Amino acid sequence: MSKEPENNCAGGPHGLSRRGFISSVSAGAAASTALREANAASFQVIEAVGTVLPIQLKINGITRKIQVEPRWSLLFVIREVLGLTGTKIGCERGECGACTVLIDGKPRYACMTLAVEAQGQEITTLEGLMDGENLGPVQQAFVEEDAFQCGFCTPGQIMAVEGLLRRNASPTMEEVRVGLSGNLCRCAAYQHIFSAATRAAERKKKGGMA
Amino acid sequence: MMKPFAYLKAKTPAEALAALNSKGARIHAGGTDLLGCLHDHLFTVDKVVSISGIKEWSGMTGRPDGGLKIGCLTTIASIAASAVLKEKYAVLAQAASEVASPQLREQGTIGGNLCQRPRCWYYRGDFPCARKGGETCFAVEGENQNHAIFSNGPCFFVHPSDTAVALSALQARLTVAGPAGTRTVPIESFFLAPEKAIDRENVLEPAEILTEIHLPAPAAGARSSYRKIRSRQSWDFALTSVALWLQVDKGMVSQARCWLGGVAPAPWRAAAAEKLLAGKKLNAALAASAGQAAAEGAVPMRDNAYKVEMVKGAVEESLLRLLA
Ligand SMILES: Cc1cc2nc3c(=O)[nH]c(=O)nc-3n(C[C@H](O)[C@H](O)[C@H](O)COP(=O)(O)OP(=O)(O)OC[C@H]3O[C@@H](n4cnc5c(N)ncnc54)[C@H](O)[C@@H]3O)c2cc1C
Ligand code: FES
Ligand code: FES
Repeated sequence: MSKEPENNCAGGPHGLSRRGFISSVSAGAAASTALREANAASFQVIEAVGTVLPIQLKINGITRKIQVEPRWSLLFVIREVLGLTGTKIGCERGECGACTVLIDGKPRYACMTLAVEAQGQEITTLEGLMDGENLGPVQQAFVEEDAFQCGFCTPGQIMAVEGLLRRNASPTMEEVRVGLSGNLCRCAAYQHIFSAATRAAERKKKGGMA
Repeated sequence: MMKPFAYLKAKTPAEALAALNSKGARIHAGGTDLLGCLHDHLFTVDKVVSISGIKEWSGMTGRPDGGLKIGCLTTIASIAASAVLKEKYAVLAQAASEVASPQLREQGTIGGNLCQRPRCWYYRGDFPCARKGGETCFAVEGENQNHAIFSNGPCFFVHPSDTAVALSALQARLTVAGPAGTRTVPIESFFLAPEKAIDRENVLEPAEILTEIHLPAPAAGARSSYRKIRSRQSWDFALTSVALWLQVDKGMVSQARCWLGGVAPAPWRAAAAEKLLAGKKLNAALAASAGQAAAEGAVPMRDNAYKVEMVKGAVEESLLRLLA
């Protein structure tokens, strides 16, 4: 896949906000964009303050050309500029794990990463774990193990499991606990989350999606 | 949202040094501490100078004298996973494996870990504390269960870095580059007590970069360990930690180094314990007295007297485990 949608405005692609907190509509908008991922309808229009830099981010296999302020976190850009809302905003301090994405295959907090710093790396978000229209193996394992209550931490937990399994295809329960220690669950669904991780490992071995 | 800043990604050490030599510039390594500080408006920066792309400063290489050079950008995760470190400098690999969470270990660097800002909840919170230019250390009268038991004041934060404690026990030497050239600082004199400086935690000048960490060649019969006690299993800063390094010859301790974390504004040397151990055969009674000695000089605050007992127990237990 190498589609290259170009978003020529200070803040990114244009359109209507699903959640209705458009900060401002920048002038001279270059109308529609060709983003074709899950939440492509939920773009934000964001007003930049001060200097913006043109950057390219490779997210879920697609290279995006956007303009960002240096201070924008990868989390902000993924959600508010690109509309990929699978990645959640929790603490924005590196404490909860809700914003976990994979960068070059490794789990990282998108809130603690500047978007400008993520150039040249492969970024994978929750949307990137889909197997076409179907859930990928880790996502499917979470459903089967009922591994959530409110579900807010779930995208981050899934990404942390994905990252763990890419490094270690058959983790022990202790390795699962350590691997998920950067993802807090307010509902304390931990037992089910750990079971989902184990089930996900089995599913992947049986030849689920890569 | 953080306040706006300019951004420069340095490609070479020279470019980084030049960019940093201007008012309001600050280094970005992994960014995991810097972004938290900026998010909470603890200080402002005009220009963020990213050094994350400088290849020369990443990774570990052997030194001609048998020691090891660690670049400042080496990630905490790769330090924790290093077979060489696990075998020859176990205290450092163990300390790194206990830092923060898997995500932060992948991104955080050893240089950034040593230079991270304090985690005192008054400093990080909305309090005009002494370290932010105010008059008071709020921990003195306030909630001080996590604060220092070894500090002459006027500020009582505990240094948050685990690797700093381990590197102290290894007698690491740090290379510091700046506008005037390069200097070497033994880790023992890198950190600054609050009575020496209240607005920074180490000897680095604003335009200086900690570029390399050098470990001496492993000594014959040396063994080391890191033990961290925290209140939560998932991730947490140390309530108390112990970095031990012992040289043992036929069951006798010929040299001992014992450094404590979580108890002082810099790694704390338990000199009385080291002295007690040197030249003796280690047994349960000696381990217990060394634990007592390690807590010598502690002045607990209202809510942290438990740390005195924790130090005693952690040192005793670490000694017994190391020789088991
Ligand atoms: C939730 C959470 C939990 C944590 N738990 C722990 C823990 O248990 N133990 C622990 O030890 N740490 C812990 N940390 C701290 C974490 O390990 C550090 O944030 C990380 O190591 C910093 O590395 P970095 O490369 O991201 O630094 P950055 O954020 O890039 O830099 C940190 C600071 O150091 C300066 N700096 C960076 N590199 C250099 C250099 N080479 N020379 C001079 N100055 C430099 C920067 O300007 C900045 O002020 C935790 C952090 C968080 C957010
Ligand atoms: S939002 Fe990033 S760790 Fe909580
Ligand atoms: S399911 Fe509610 S926070 Fe984890």
